[in-house]
Amino acid sequence: MKIMFVLIGCSLTLAIGFLIAFIWSVKSGQMEDDYTPSVRILFDDTPFTEEKPSETEIK
Amino acid sequence: MGKVETLNSTKCFHCGDSLPGVAISYDAKEFCCVGCKSVYELLATNNLCDYYNLDENPGLSLKNPVSKVKFNFLDDEQIQKQLIQYRDEKISRITFHMPTMHCSSCIWLLESLYKLEKGVANSRVDFLKKQVSITFHHEVCSLRKLVELLSALGYEPSLNLNDLEGKKKQTNNRKLLYQVGVAGFGFGNIMLISFPEYFGLDSFSSTYFSKLFGFLNMALALPVFLYSAQDYFISAYKSLRKGIINIDFPLALGILVMFSRSSYEVISHTGIGFFDTLAGLVFFLLIGKWVQQRTIDSLSFERDYKSYFPVAVSLINTNEETTLPVNKLKIGDRILIRNNEIIPADSILLKGEAHVDFSFVTGENDPINKILGEIIYAGGRQIGGTIELEVCKTVSQSYLTQLWNSEHFSKGSESTIQSFQTVVSKYFTFVLLALAIGSALFWYWFDPSKSMIAFTSVLIIACPCALALSSPFALGNSMRMLGRSKFYIKSPEVVERMAKINHLVFDKTGTITQAAESEIAFHGKALDENQIHLIHTLCSNSVHPLSRRIVSYLALDHTEKMVINSYSEINGKGLSGIIGDTSIKIGSSSFVNCLSKDAEGEILSTRVYVSIDEVILGYFELNHSYRKGLSDVLQSLGKKRKLSLLSGDNNSERKRLEGFFPKDTQMLFEMSPSEKMLYIHQLKESGDKVGMIGDGLNDAGALKVADIGISVTENTAHFSPGSDVIMDASVFHKLSRFFRYAQNTLNVIKTSFVISLIYNIVGLSFAIQGLLSPVMAAILMPISSISVIVFTTLSTYILARKNQIIE
Repeated sequence: MKIMFVLIGCSLTLAIGFLIAFIWSVKSGQMEDDYTPSVRILFDDTPFTEEKPSETEIK
Repeated sequence: MGKVETLNSTKCFHCGDSLPGVAISYDAKEFCCVGCKSVYELLATNNLCDYYNLDENPGLSLKNPVSKVKFNFLDDEQIQKQLIQYRDEKISRITFHMPTMHCSSCIWLLESLYKLEKGVANSRVDFLKKQVSITFHHEVCSLRKLVELLSALGYEPSLNLNDLEGKKKQTNNRKLLYQVGVAGFGFGNIMLISFPEYFGLDSFSSTYFSKLFGFLNMALALPVFLYSAQDYFISAYKSLRKGIINIDFPLALGILVMFSRSSYEVISHTGIGFFDTLAGLVFFLLIGKWVQQRTIDSLSFERDYKSYFPVAVSLINTNEETTLPVNKLKIGDRILIRNNEIIPADSILLKGEAHVDFSFVTGENDPINKILGEIIYAGGRQIGGTIELEVCKTVSQSYLTQLWNSEHFSKGSESTIQSFQTVVSKYFTFVLLALAIGSALFWYWFDPSKSMIAFTSVLIIACPCALALSSPFALGNSMRMLGRSKFYIKSPEVVERMAKINHLVFDKTGTITQAAESEIAFHGKALDENQIHLIHTLCSNSVHPLSRRIVSYLALDHTEKMVINSYSEINGKGLSGIIGDTSIKIGSSSFVNCLSKDAEGEILSTRVYVSIDEVILGYFELNHSYRKGLSDVLQSLGKKRKLSLLSGDNNSERKRLEGFFPKDTQMLFEMSPSEKMLYIHQLKESGDKVGMIGDGLNDAGALKVADIGISVTENTAHFSPGSDVIMDASVFHKLSRFFRYAQNTLNVIKTSFVISLIYNIVGLSFAIQGLLSPVMAAILMPISSISVIVFTTLSTYILARKNQIIE
């Protein structure tokens, strides 16, 4: 049953790691704005092609 | 606005407005105005046309271009210092509030600014707060240039006096997030470690594992107890010192008892304690608090005159024009006010023709003409040409500012309405303490060993967790439901106050009437084209609002000007002139010598008579246009509540208004801003729970004094005075539904309180007998919390649908 000590140690280390990750994410402001990133991720970053938007697309 | 111009459905490629008769074509696309076209040109040359692919017609109309000199003040070092957040030799960082931001295209364009202007290093949008923070090289691109670029794109940042005072909103919900994180961490791990105990695995409980697990739990619960739960202890202590018992008192007591009993059990090896229940309780409570704190960021509810006034003003200094921050204005300074600018301080008119629109200050619709030497009060908006003024009072001493700083404003703004939670928790706490002490005494008599166990068990199990959760979840959720319907509420508590309002006070102008649009119609003989042309020509020479309404009503396409001889305008009477050889007169009935038979008293609208060559042709009738569904809203609100009407105008519309309001409505006219405030104050003194619905600065006092203030605005991006609720004017007809929904929400809270009581009674029946086991507490507490959360969230959602607040 000595393995329990190791397992508990592992699980606690993991949990503490997640707690630290959470605290870091709050600190870096990731929780301030929970809307804009969801829009931002959909923007294409590819260099813009010369193609003009077609008429049908815009109506 | 709202004019039906063409049946043609084509829209401006840039802003989506309907196209005027002659559209501007460019690059095979059609634009409504030069402004829109030039934005397209700018974006096209910089390969930024993605803007138009993300959203349909995303642009902002540029029909009213901003004046060239408007942002000159941004070259001023002092002003720059106050606006810019960070600056070193090379770069500066600034955050702008941009109320016109509205779609994903906006985000994209604003974050692509660096492609348009080399000086911009990067820009980042916070859409919910409607903010963009920009880092730029100030040597390549000055602040003024940056703001001008943004304005040219249609994204004019709002810069006002408030920004100068450096009052930046602080985000203090980070600490709450840390607390939630720590509590969640403790909750999860303690649960995991407690599992062997729950399942009664004897092999564990006997050996050193049990001891180890006990101490581990204690170690994990310590940060939850000391850090996550600290606000409850602080709040309970503070309210106790004031002699009040709030909901936090039984909570703090429960947490404290739980921690000390569990620690005792662990140290004395008599059990494993209630650490899991403790951590879970704190975790759920903090989640509730977090839900409650999630308010609407994009709107500011604490606005005062400072967010209405401009940042700077043009100063005339011995023939030279400089800019000066408004709060540095001194008595005797000479200032220049251009078209559409706001007069920042009480001052004397020196030069120019002043037509000042005080609609935001007094509620009066028509601009007021001022003559040279007259005092113009701060807050008015100049319409027409440029005027020169001499400041006679500093900004902080001006009439409007004084009103804001008056005593009533700071005092008496607290609402006296107590929340359901506050009322209940008082009794709840006493019953709880009585039960705990009662059972302790009972066991002391029969079995002293169980006395302490029963006492602590009662306090642990009856900890009003579910009660503390029902209000934040129910109110927070209904606040968001109402927000979806464009009824924006400052904080969840306001929903509950709304439910208890029994007297509603309405303002007239701008609140129940539509500000700009008045109905207009011509009565009399049909006018032929030549006559229309004559009237149009005469009226277009005048800046009087009635003439302007007539001009826009007649809306002539061909505007060849005709020469007017002997034109004259008599204030308050009308216009006259001779065009060609016809003489025309437009104005009041006495002015055009109309021997109208209808008695003066019966005319409920404004009439403008027309005579050509001394023959009266008829009159234009202008009616204030009341909001859609006004009568229905008022009748249904009036069933359960008293209604009042306060108006800054005269009582000429009384008859019409009486048709809208229920019979016993009190109507008061010609009320000054402070009289309105006093009226609300008196109603509150007499015990009424007063809700005020208004707009504009003239209602600001009344809105603040009332138990809840609702300000109605045509455009939430525009300025509206500080209040508890900001309502979009387009949902005015739903007002009675909003109030009904608030009452429904209050009933949801009451029902969920009953549910949590049932759980409590079950738990207490064990606790009083001294039979409460940690497992039972660990099951009962989360179940009661979660069922209350689910019940309140679901029922507020269903009720919102039932009341047709959301689709």
